Amino acid sequence: MRGLLAALKEITRYPSAMVGLFILAFILALAAYAVITIPYGEAIRLWRGGEATWRYNPRTAAPAWIDYLTPKKLLRTVILGPEDAQKEVKVLSERTRRLIFTYTLDYEADVFPSELAVVFKSQYEKKPPRVEVIWRTPDGREFSFGRQIPSGKVHWYTVSQDRDLIASLRGAPEEVLFQDPNAPEKTLKGIHTITIKAYVFEPEADLEAEVVVYGTVYGIAGTDHLRRDIWVALLWGAPIALAFGLGASFGITISSIVFAAIGAWFGGWVDAVVQRLTEIRMVIPTLPILIMVGLFYSKSIWVILAVLIGLNLIESTVKQYRAVFLQEKRTPYIEAARSYGARHLRIIFRYLIPRVIPWVIPSFVLAVPAYVFLEASLSVLGLGDPVLPTWGKLLSDAFSHGALYHGYYYWVLEPAFLLMLTGFGFTLIGYTLDKVFNPKLREI
Amino acid sequence: MQDQVLISVRNLHKWFELRKWGFIHVGFVRAVDGVDFDIRHGEAVTFVGESGCGKSTLARTILGLYQPTKGEILFQGKKLQKLGRWYRAQVGYIQQDPYGALPPFMNVRRILLEPMVINRRGTRTERERRIREVLEEVKLTPVEDFIGKFPHMLSGGQQQRVVIARSIVLNPKLLVADEPVSMLDASVRVEILQLLRGVQEAHQLGVAYITHDLSTVRYFSERIFVMYAAKLVEKAPVKELISNPLHPYTQALLDAIPDPDPENAHKFKEVPPGEPPSLLNPPPGCRFHPRCKHLIEGLCDQEVPPEFEVKPGHYVSCWLYK
Repeated sequence: MRGLLAALKEITRYPSAMVGLFILAFILALAAYAVITIPYGEAIRLWRGGEATWRYNPRTAAPAWIDYLTPKKLLRTVILGPEDAQKEVKVLSERTRRLIFTYTLDYEADVFPSELAVVFKSQYEKKPPRVEVIWRTPDGREFSFGRQIPSGKVHWYTVSQDRDLIASLRGAPEEVLFQDPNAPEKTLKGIHTITIKAYVFEPEADLEAEVVVYGTVYGIAGTDHLRRDIWVALLWGAPIALAFGLGASFGITISSIVFAAIGAWFGGWVDAVVQRLTEIRMVIPTLPILIMVGLFYSKSIWVILAVLIGLNLIESTVKQYRAVFLQEKRTPYIEAARSYGARHLRIIFRYLIPRVIPWVIPSFVLAVPAYVFLEASLSVLGLGDPVLPTWGKLLSDAFSHGALYHGYYYWVLEPAFLLMLTGFGFTLIGYTLDKVFNPKLREI
Repeated sequence: MQDQVLISVRNLHKWFELRKWGFIHVGFVRAVDGVDFDIRHGEAVTFVGESGCGKSTLARTILGLYQPTKGEILFQGKKLQKLGRWYRAQVGYIQQDPYGALPPFMNVRRILLEPMVINRRGTRTERERRIREVLEEVKLTPVEDFIGKFPHMLSGGQQQRVVIARSIVLNPKLLVADEPVSMLDASVRVEILQLLRGVQEAHQLGVAYITHDLSTVRYFSERIFVMYAAKLVEKAPVKELISNPLHPYTQALLDAIPDPDPENAHKFKEVPPGEPPSLLNPPPGCRFHPRCKHLIEGLCDQEVPPEFEVKPGHYVSCWLYK
């Protein structure tokens, strides 16, 4: 134990290990932050929530910080709610009232919004209200549209998909309403005035409206095709990747060592069984079996992890460990231990296994990224956990929605960067540990 | 007490089976082939013989690390096979290579703790006290300087002191020392042997001291047993054997001890011709007969010599003393 601490102290002498430790600390902090701020159940709910949860987010929006890197001013989503409106009420008759909401929108962006929508939230008994939207551009043009009867308590009027409006404007509303008539590829900057007229026909009836101008950038990490915040998946990808990588690596390393030690110590038919199982395992390919499990049984990441560990309980490294143990079992101190009464299990766990710990630790650390990448590859192959947000899942979604073809580079680069960062961190630490524990590898 | 038999070995055989391809029987290596002796309480006995004569196998069989093929070992009158783990605590084992005998990943405290933990001896504080006690006994003082050290931080002599401390930590009645000084520097050999002798006398331990080096024997031990090709050929008190060796092999062995006399520089020492026999296929009759200059044809090469008591306490297996 003290030896391990000393080794940890020693790796701080290597700058590469410090970089690795820094990266690992960052990933760990990310994971801790994710688990604390978004509980597991909440993460699943958010990721599976679909349109209802994320309705106010733009689709496939780039991260907001892109704005600082481009000369054009990009647009963040603007939601004009009831508190931004000037409300006028006019009583027309005993039952009928006219409500007028006036919103102002100061438009400064160089790009068109990605979508437009108006949300009507109405309260009525029987007769629904009637509404109309009047849009006044900064240069004084006025467009009237959306004459309709909102149904239900919350009614989404997606302006961008209003066919009549598209036909009358001869173009997409979110472009025509914002473009400079003299230079159609440019936006017209200034103050838009949006007026919503509503008639309610019941004394108790009421109505509120929200105008949603969807931006082209969103949050820290942008959004995907279902308007979901990619940041959620980036955050939650960290604990899952760490759990999967460390869990698989730890489970497989420990079980292989134990099996190798048991085989080497007892020898005879026990050793023969362990060796034959190892050889059988060596010719069974892991990936196809995991793919079959994913296709026919369960895609849950925890099932896949259990199958992965189960398949690799006796890994090919058993051969290496066995070679060391066979040498070790003949040493005088093992004989001495037997002479003062140590039994089999004690010899295996207290005398044989501690001897290989120094060079198991580097290989354990170096194996972690391999399993992190394995999870990502399974996800990219479409066998990722369907409920959990993971880095591999992000890549898979990005791939299946043509992210690179459409230019949504952030969607691919962000998870890929974190995956590579994790791999890089563990590799740096692993190689340094290797140098510390195996002094032969030290540079002169 | 002094005259009570501590361990008695009767007609002990340890044969190792040799196999071809893992299952075809080829033969037996007869590493120990019919050995009888007693060790009394508080008595040190030296087993001497050349490499490969079966000394270490004998030691391991006494320790219970090997199951005897035939014959029996009685410890305080009880059969060893029935004693189990209790017997482990009654015998201490000192090995040849002190560095190899200590687990490199344990410090001195842990090394000395292990036997007590395994045999469930004492409470935590009692164990700690015992560790300090034995370290002082083997003169690794001040104890604080050594208790936390790992084997590679100690010198060969210090390592062997730790091995001795470990062998006596359970208060055994018998020590088996398998060439305890042959891998040490000449300068510390005598020190370690004197330490061993001191420990033996202080606790009245029975000791089986195994060596190939007769020159260290006089520091130690009451009796000498000479082993040749898996058998004991001569048993006698130390002084008696050195002054009056009877078996031709013992005589040759004693002659081979270097004597630091300048006169000897040009003197030719007679060495028995040939080599010790293969234990896989030993010669019939007396095993020394192919090399013996006193060979009696028709007797030595056909019949195994029994043990003759030539003088009280001096036994020899040789037809010359019929």
